[in-house]
Parts: sequence; structure tokens; C-alpha cells
Amino acid sequence: MSDAPALRFIDEYRNPELIRSLLAEIHRRAGERPVKVMEVCGGHTHAIYKHGLEDLLPSCIDLVHGPGCPVCVIPMGRIDDAIAIARHPDVIFTTFGDMMRVPSSRGSLLDAKAAGADVRFVYSPLDALKLARDNPQREVVFFAIGFETTAPATAATLLRARAEAIRNFSVFCNHVTIVPAIKAILDSPGMQIDGFIGPGHVSTIIGTQPFAFVAEHYRRPIVISGFEPADILQSVVMILRQKAGGIARVENQYARVVRPEGNRRALDAIGQTMELRPYFEWRGLGFITYSALQLRAEFAEYDAELRFEVPGVRVTDPKACQCGEVLKGVIKPWECRVFGTACTPDRPIGTCMVSPEGACAAYFNYGRYSLSARARPPAAKHVVS
Amino acid sequence: MTLPPSPLVDQLDRIERAREARRRRYLLEDERITLSHGSGGKASRNLIEGLLVPTLGHGVLNGCDDAAVLDLAGTGRVAFTTDSYVVSPLFFAGGDIGSLAVHGTINDLATAGAVPIALSLALILEEGLEVAVLRRVLQSIQTAARAAGVPVVTGDTKVVNRGKADQLFINTTGIGRVRNGVSLLATQICPGDRVLLSGPVGDHGIAVMLAREALEIEADIQSDSAPLHEMAAALLDAAPLTRCLKDPTRGGMASCLNEIAQLAGLAIAIDQARVPVRAEVRAACEILGLDPLHIANEGKLVAIVPAAQAAAACAAMRAHPKGVDATIIGEVLDGPADMVIVRTDVGGSRVLDMLTGDPLPRIC
Repeated sequence: MSDAPALRFIDEYRNPELIRSLLAEIHRRAGERPVKVMEVCGGHTHAIYKHGLEDLLPSCIDLVHGPGCPVCVIPMGRIDDAIAIARHPDVIFTTFGDMMRVPSSRGSLLDAKAAGADVRFVYSPLDALKLARDNPQREVVFFAIGFETTAPATAATLLRARAEAIRNFSVFCNHVTIVPAIKAILDSPGMQIDGFIGPGHVSTIIGTQPFAFVAEHYRRPIVISGFEPADILQSVVMILRQKAGGIARVENQYARVVRPEGNRRALDAIGQTMELRPYFEWRGLGFITYSALQLRAEFAEYDAELRFEVPGVRVTDPKACQCGEVLKGVIKPWECRVFGTACTPDRPIGTCMVSPEGACAAYFNYGRYSLSARARPPAAKHVVS
Repeated sequence: MTLPPSPLVDQLDRIERAREARRRRYLLEDERITLSHGSGGKASRNLIEGLLVPTLGHGVLNGCDDAAVLDLAGTGRVAFTTDSYVVSPLFFAGGDIGSLAVHGTINDLATAGAVPIALSLALILEEGLEVAVLRRVLQSIQTAARAAGVPVVTGDTKVVNRGKADQLFINTTGIGRVRNGVSLLATQICPGDRVLLSGPVGDHGIAVMLAREALEIEADIQSDSAPLHEMAAALLDAAPLTRCLKDPTRGGMASCLNEIAQLAGLAIAIDQARVPVRAEVRAACEILGLDPLHIANEGKLVAIVPAAQAAAACAAMRAHPKGVDATIIGEVLDGPADMVIVRTDVGGSRVLDMLTGDPLPRIC
């Protein structure tokens, strides 16, 4: 409501006047040459569509939606493994809500639940641990996914499970790390990204230093950004300023939250419980070395992959699915062969269509009108009495 | 010389294709019922349009209206509706399953332009349910029915084995007399009509969610559960040309407006900044990654009214205690067909789609 109290850290970053002045600078700086800016994080993709920011940008600024949606990068075979664990009669399988609808080679966790598996969605791994405490006769498994943002919560839960000697709890660990993925994109042939909007939430944990290679080695500006409209537009301004000045460095737009050194305690918790996997498959990007986390040997008894038999089979993505090209920014969501036809949020083929942060779902749910509006003005004038 | 293919034309082609897919007939392709089929979003529509309507037939059973209107020769038109209530937990801030069962069915009659006459009450009880709980729910039903002036006149009770129901399920059926000269249909809306909303959205869904999930978010959010028939009557007195009324329950404003736009084959545009949302609800939605426009309401009225009567309709709603925050939030456009567009508070625009499944929180 117009007279409602402001939400701190939200309303000031949606202030129309601030937005206008940022847009004015973007339009002033935008030249003829197209500038491709990749927002790495799915949270940014979601915000861009939710607020209709692409409508407001000059046409030469091209936002490319990167690989930072944790649901979107999970390969199909891992969902098969998850379902195999969930089917054990004594298992309570817990997961974040978004993962429920991701298709495996044979249905989703939601389908497995309808067929009798005890699948429950939780908001935090600590909720899963509580389930284990409350159901000592059952095996509670937590489907851990996400970047460095969610890994500390999993780590803290593992530490607590050990401290409380809870034995009927385990973690199916699929945590991934963002830096190798950005590097994989920078190394991919035909890469055309001019600058990066860096992941705000991940950086609260790992700090800004790990992104230095983007600027130093690849000579691309990277600006760690918040998630409100003004944050994202300001980050675009900062990238354009760097480009205008012919420089490339790491800048921190999200300084109200992100410290350059990150969060030591969170990193320690991850370090105590997890270590890098030699390799891990990313949907669409293929196998990337040292790009994911697994439980340390000291936590083997909490490792669901060791406690349960999982098929562990690599499942090829459906032929028609082009999630990989979308994730690499090679094509736009609507350029995929199956976008909006065979693949919709109701019946996703690829993971990018599942999570609301996935580029395809965000585009399907929020984005379609903006493009058509640019080319074809709406038939009636927008007037509200 | 041939022109190179234009990427823009290609884009538009694909967008058109996606839109076509969206408009495509609803089909039920699932092998089993999942919770998504009960969420009030797309899967629910697939179930209704893809199985129920084709099997049971159209006629007076129109899958998209909340109440059927029967023309009883000589005695006028009667609105007839039924609804089941399975809310968990049974009690939440601002209401309980009992008051909800009364209000929800009254509201389905009210949005058909009917004056409610009477309700039936069917109870499905789980073995082991505490009588004290049942007594409390029944008292709530009695209080709500009396306050609304709509008596419960018939009923039924069944008990099932422990574990075969979750404490207590309720079904209520309602009949009402449709006001003379009133015919409310989504297909009647016209470009230029105004979209009115009686107050802040999202209160009910968030209140239940906070009571249900182990979220440990403390907020003073009460369900808006309330009977709407008096406000609807006042609105119809003030704006007799009102095209249609809806109560945005499951699926929230998004499902409500999309249903109207699709039935009419028109577009609806709303201004995000004009949609009232309580600060507490907005904050809870920000934390949980939810859109207040997808959250259920149980005491809000959406009205589509010709522009000339919009101010009168708005004033009539505001004069009612449940509509003091009533406001005009948008208007009907002649295209793009079947779509709901939100003009965002930063000046962009986005499509507002029905929810695909249950409102699940985002994870980062």
C-alpha cells in the first residue's frame, strides 16, 4: 500500500528516481556496439524478469543469463540417484522445493512422492535434521544442492548431527562451486561476454578475491551485485564505466552485504566437513574438474552416497534440450528448439525451465511480453483512471 | 538480392509459438494425482479442463465458474455451489477450518451475484479426533454462519479410520438467489473496463503458511477470511453494469486474472504499485521468495467494471468495512489475448502467469 512502511534494504533499491538516473547514465554510455553482460546468478535472472528490467535497457545492452541457478546445473543422473534413495521404504527424503519438479530419466521427485516415496520439502537442512531427531526409526536424507551460498548451512547441520550423535541422518551432497563454472564459460569457444554481474550471495561467503582472475587473466570487468533493480542497473553502469575507461577489475556494488574477505566462519564450516570432488558433471557444461564438493572421509557415515546404493549412471540429456547452450549464453531461452512448445514450466524437459530462477522459466513466466512489446506496441494505451 | 533473416522476426515467431502453447487446450497427461493438481494453478486447470469437464460434460457445469446458475422456471435463478476444506492446520491466525468453510461457500455465491440462502455441512472425521477440537470448529461454523445471516440447514457426518483423513475435512454446499437483472460472466468484460480490488492481497495464504510450516517467522499476519456477499451487493447496487466478480482464492490474483483474461480472450494489465499488499505480507514473501500475487485470499473481491462506473463501484466497496482499501488496480486491454501483464513499480513490464505447482520457496 502506498502508505505502508518501507521495507528496509528493499524499497530504497526500487526507488523510481534512483532507477531513472541509473537508466539515464546507461543510455548515455550505451554506444552502437552491442555489450553482452552475463549475470552469473539465477537470483539476478529472476529479478531482471520480475521487474521487467530488459524493457528499460537500451537494445545494445544484452543480458546473458549464466549458470548460477543451482537447480539448473544438476545433471539428470543425479536426480535418478536421488529418486533411488527416496524409494527406500525406510527413508524420509528431504529437499528444497525447487528440486521436486526436476525431471529425471523416469519422472520427478514429485512423481516419486505420488507413487509412495516419502519425499518432503524443507526450508533448511536443519529442518531435515529435526525430522531425523523426531523419527529415530527412519533414515532421513537431505538432498544438498546449491553453490557456496547454501553449503555452509549443510556444513553446520553435519557438524551438529555429529555433535548430537544423530545416526539416522545423511546428506546427498551436490554442492557446486561457482568459480570453475565461470572459468569454463570464459574458456568456452565463441565466448562473447564483455562483462559479468557477479554473484552477490555466493560472494557473502567467499568474498570478492576469488573473482580476481576474471579481471586479471581474462580482462573482463566483474561487479558483485545485489538483487534489487537499482543494484543490477548500478552494476551495469559500473561495467560500462570500466569499459569506457578501458579497465577490467573486480568491483563490489553489494558492499552493504559482501565483505572482500567473505565469511571466515562459514568457510571454516565447509572446510571441516567437505572437500573438492576431483570432477563433477554440470548440466550443459559437462564435466568440470574440482567444481563440486563431497563429504570428507571423517563424515563418511553421513554420506548418503556411501550409505545407500545409487545407480550413479550418467544420463544423457534429452536430445532436443538446449539447456547447455542457454547456460553458456550461446543462445537465448526462446532460441531453444523446444522452448514453449515441448518444454514448459508445467512439463519441463530441461532444468532451466524448472526453477523460477532458471533462465527459461523466468523468460516463460515473466519475459515474453517485454520483447513483443518492444517490437509491437500494445494495441490499447496504458491508462488507468 | 535476398535479405538476411531478421533475428527480430525469428524472436517474435518463437514468442508467438510459446503463446500458442500457453493457449493450447488443457490436457491431463499425468499418471497420478500430485499435490500440484490441488494448487489452484495450471495443474488444477489441467485436471478440471482435461478430465472433469470432458467426462461430466459442460451444460450448467462450467468448469471455470465458482457457482452454477440454474434457471428454475417461475421462481427465478438460483446459484448453486460446493467446496471442500482440508486446510492444515485447522486453526490459524484470523480463522479456522470452520469459519473458512462458511465464508468460502458464501463467497462463491456472492461472486455469482447471488444472495445466499442456506448452506449444507458435511463432516469427514478421522478416528481419534478430539471432541474438544470438533466442538471448537462447530462453534466457529455457528458463529460465522450467524454473523453472515446464512443458516446451515442440512448435513452429514462420516468417520474414517485413523490415518485415512487428517483430523477433519469439511464440505459445504450453498444455494442463493441470483439478483434480478444481474448476470456476471468473465466473457462480458470489454477493453477499457477497470479492474478493482477490495483490499490487500496475500494475507490468508501467508497466515496459514506461517501457522503450518516450521518457518519460525514471527509476524502479525491474520487470514482475511470473511463473507463478501454484503460488499458484493453494495457494489452491484452502485455499479449495476459490473461485468464480473471473482474472489482470488487458491492461486491468488494470478489465477483469478488469468482465468478472466483467457475466458474473455482479452488482456488484463495491472499496476504493481497500485496492488495493496501489507508490509508484513510483503516482507514474508520477500523472505520466502514468493509473489504476493500468487498467494491465496479468502476475503477479497475482484470486480471488473465499465470505466464509467468504476469510481462508484470503488466508493461502494470502500464504504464497506471489508473494503476500506479498495482501489482500481488496472484495466482490460484488447491484446495480447489471454494474458495478464504487470507494469512493475520500476517502470518495466512482465507477464503474470498462473502458478505451476504449489508456491514453493526459491532456494537462493
